[in-house]
Amino acid sequence: MKMRVLALFALMGIATTGFAAAPGKAQQIAEGEKLYKYWCSGCHGPGIGQNGAPYLPGETALRAKYKGAVPGLLHERTDLTPEFVKLFVRQGITIMPFFRKTEIDDQQLDAIAAYLTRNSKTK
Amino acid sequence: MATLPAGVSAADFNAAITKFKAAVGEKHVFTSDEDVALYRDAYSPMWGTPQELLASAAVAPDTVEQVQAIVRAANEHKIPLYPISTGKNVGYGGSAPNLHGSVVLDLKRMNRILEVDDRRGFALVEPGVAYFDLYRHIQEKKLKVWIDCPDPGWGSLIGNSLDHGVGYTFGAFRDHFGSHCGMEVVLPNGEIMRTGMGALPGAKSWQDYKYGFGPYVDGLFGQGNFGIVTKMGFWLMPEPEAYQSGYVSVPKRHDIIALVDHVNYLEHIGLIGQPNYSSPLGRAQRNEPDLRALVGKAGGPSDEELDRFGAAKGIPSWEVELQFYGPAKTVAANWEYARERIGASIPGSTFRDGHSYRFPMTDEQKAAVEHKVAVGIPAMSIFSIGARSELNPSPTDGHLWFAPIIPKTGEAILESQRAFAKVYQEFGLNVGGIFQTPATWIYRAFVMIVGMPVSRSNKEINAKSMAAFKRVVEVAAEHGWAEYRSPPAFADLVADSYSYNDHALRRFNEQLKDAVDPNGIIAAGRGGIWPRHLRGGRKA
Ligand SMILES: Cc1cc2nc3c(=O)[nH]c(=O)nc-3n(C[C@H](O)[C@H](O)[C@H](O)COP(=O)(O)OP(=O)(O)OC[C@H]3O[C@@H](n4cnc5c(N)ncnc54)[C@H](O)[C@@H]3O)c2cc1C
Repeated sequence: MKMRVLALFALMGIATTGFAAAPGKAQQIAEGEKLYKYWCSGCHGPGIGQNGAPYLPGETALRAKYKGAVPGLLHERTDLTPEFVKLFVRQGITIMPFFRKTEIDDQQLDAIAAYLTRNSKTK
Repeated sequence: MATLPAGVSAADFNAAITKFKAAVGEKHVFTSDEDVALYRDAYSPMWGTPQELLASAAVAPDTVEQVQAIVRAANEHKIPLYPISTGKNVGYGGSAPNLHGSVVLDLKRMNRILEVDDRRGFALVEPGVAYFDLYRHIQEKKLKVWIDCPDPGWGSLIGNSLDHGVGYTFGAFRDHFGSHCGMEVVLPNGEIMRTGMGALPGAKSWQDYKYGFGPYVDGLFGQGNFGIVTKMGFWLMPEPEAYQSGYVSVPKRHDIIALVDHVNYLEHIGLIGQPNYSSPLGRAQRNEPDLRALVGKAGGPSDEELDRFGAAKGIPSWEVELQFYGPAKTVAANWEYARERIGASIPGSTFRDGHSYRFPMTDEQKAAVEHKVAVGIPAMSIFSIGARSELNPSPTDGHLWFAPIIPKTGEAILESQRAFAKVYQEFGLNVGGIFQTPATWIYRAFVMIVGMPVSRSNKEINAKSMAAFKRVVEVAAEHGWAEYRSPPAFADLVADSYSYNDHALRRFNEQLKDAVDPNGIIAAGRGGIWPRHLRGGRKA
């Protein structure tokens, strides 16, 4: 059932490319936001870190890496692509380990990618 | 298929995989290289080498009956299984097995919170339940209990406690295995067993009384390989009215001895939660080049030299944060008592108030708490230590935890600092040192933990960390100290140091292993315990 609904949403998304997010896409993005908050925001969300760090570790790391060229919070970025998001979730980076499919399955990862790329100029 | 368990034919392996699929559904058996690679230990010091411990496949059941079916099939085809709950044991092995080629039994999908009772103060959960999940459940239901969390909130109550994991509130709760009550286990023959009062059909107190009747066997399942735990109860702390912390500083190196004795008294009599030791003098190195020079001089500085430096600059050697929980009135009185007691005993000791909170907190108040786990809120902020930052522009790819137990005394701190620092220096590792203070999660012992760096691209870093690890385990054993927990790469080495009377303990464990799991299918090598047919391959 879930599969069929998602397939339908994907079709609708394609049909309306270039316009405001279609209902299917909107639902996928909303689902992605929920999953992002659950799995990623512990490090990548807004908030203070430990030992006096003003930001959580994910934001601290991305601020140090990009030195202000892009926002430190992933959900504020407009330059991400779905492939980029998926690469880091499945391969990890520095101290961030990768996530198994029992944690985030491929459909859920698509939703997280859709959420993080919702404002991207290049999709 | 890249990896087969040693001694298992492709035919047997494939037959088992077919049975696993029949038990849990095709979608929940992972055999492609891409999927199985997600079970690698992200912090493996053997990353990309022939020694790396890899899974051959993974299977993810959703019910106890499915676990039973998997275990029976594994027995039939002699397939080694390696159970994980949430698989987040990074630094101690991640989700990778001790025995190369094992099939990981991934219990993440079994994530039901079966019961939370805030009158008797317990939770009964399945393996896939993360600290974050239980916290959310408690908040949503407005239950008046706290969880004792380890630093990272994404792990599971069951996986963490089965590795003897630890947390941050009161002593009785910080020992996560010690604060469990009652287990359900799928034994190596596929049978279900319940421990403690759970062995009584219709028991009314499975999560209230641990021992039931007869020997207490739960210990076999922590850092062991005698079964797969499918349910576990945990005691929870009542939400207190207030929290207050206070900092105590003492000037001289040897003041740590009296300080620890006082803090032990406060803790063991129930007045404080976890004490957090640190060294203001150690921190001052960043801004004091003369101190850095003193510390770096050949042979290291004497305690007297350090005391002179500290006295001249007005920088104390040691500090401890005391954390008080309870009614607002008694919390304030207990802090006052601690000040009086320590002030009267250690000349030059100073005191300052720390944080003060009332419960329940609003979301805004929670967001402002830096060390959230100290007030029972799971978080991920610990990764601030180690993540890329301006001060740490080239982070490592993780670390190996070396976590030796020493006695809970100031003397042991001073002795172990110097003994371990010598090894770290010899290997050029920038960890530990003469200002290192102990981790205090364990109620009755200290842990002089350090994280040795690992890299996924630089094998030299890994080789150095592994060599240092091996050496420091030996040095620890020479002093009568040993690890409480170990990454799989060193499990044999660590188990080997527990060698009293020609390894009587290990021989006993292995006798049990042979009786309970004759085919050796469950987590071979975990805790240094190998099934008979694999004992020759022991690494130590
Ligand atoms: C920066 C950092 C900070 C950390 N801080 C802490 C801390 O404060 N406290 C702490 O304790 N740890 C800490 N750790 C270590 C580790 O991350 C946690 O202990 C984590 O909770 C363990 O992972 P898990 O809960 O997913 O357990 P899992 O990885 O699921 O399980 C751990 C092991 O237990 C066994 N096991 C798991 N489930 C079962 C089962 N159902 N039946 C039989 N055997 C089973 C397996 O051998 C498994 O490998 C830290 C790690 C890092 C990197």
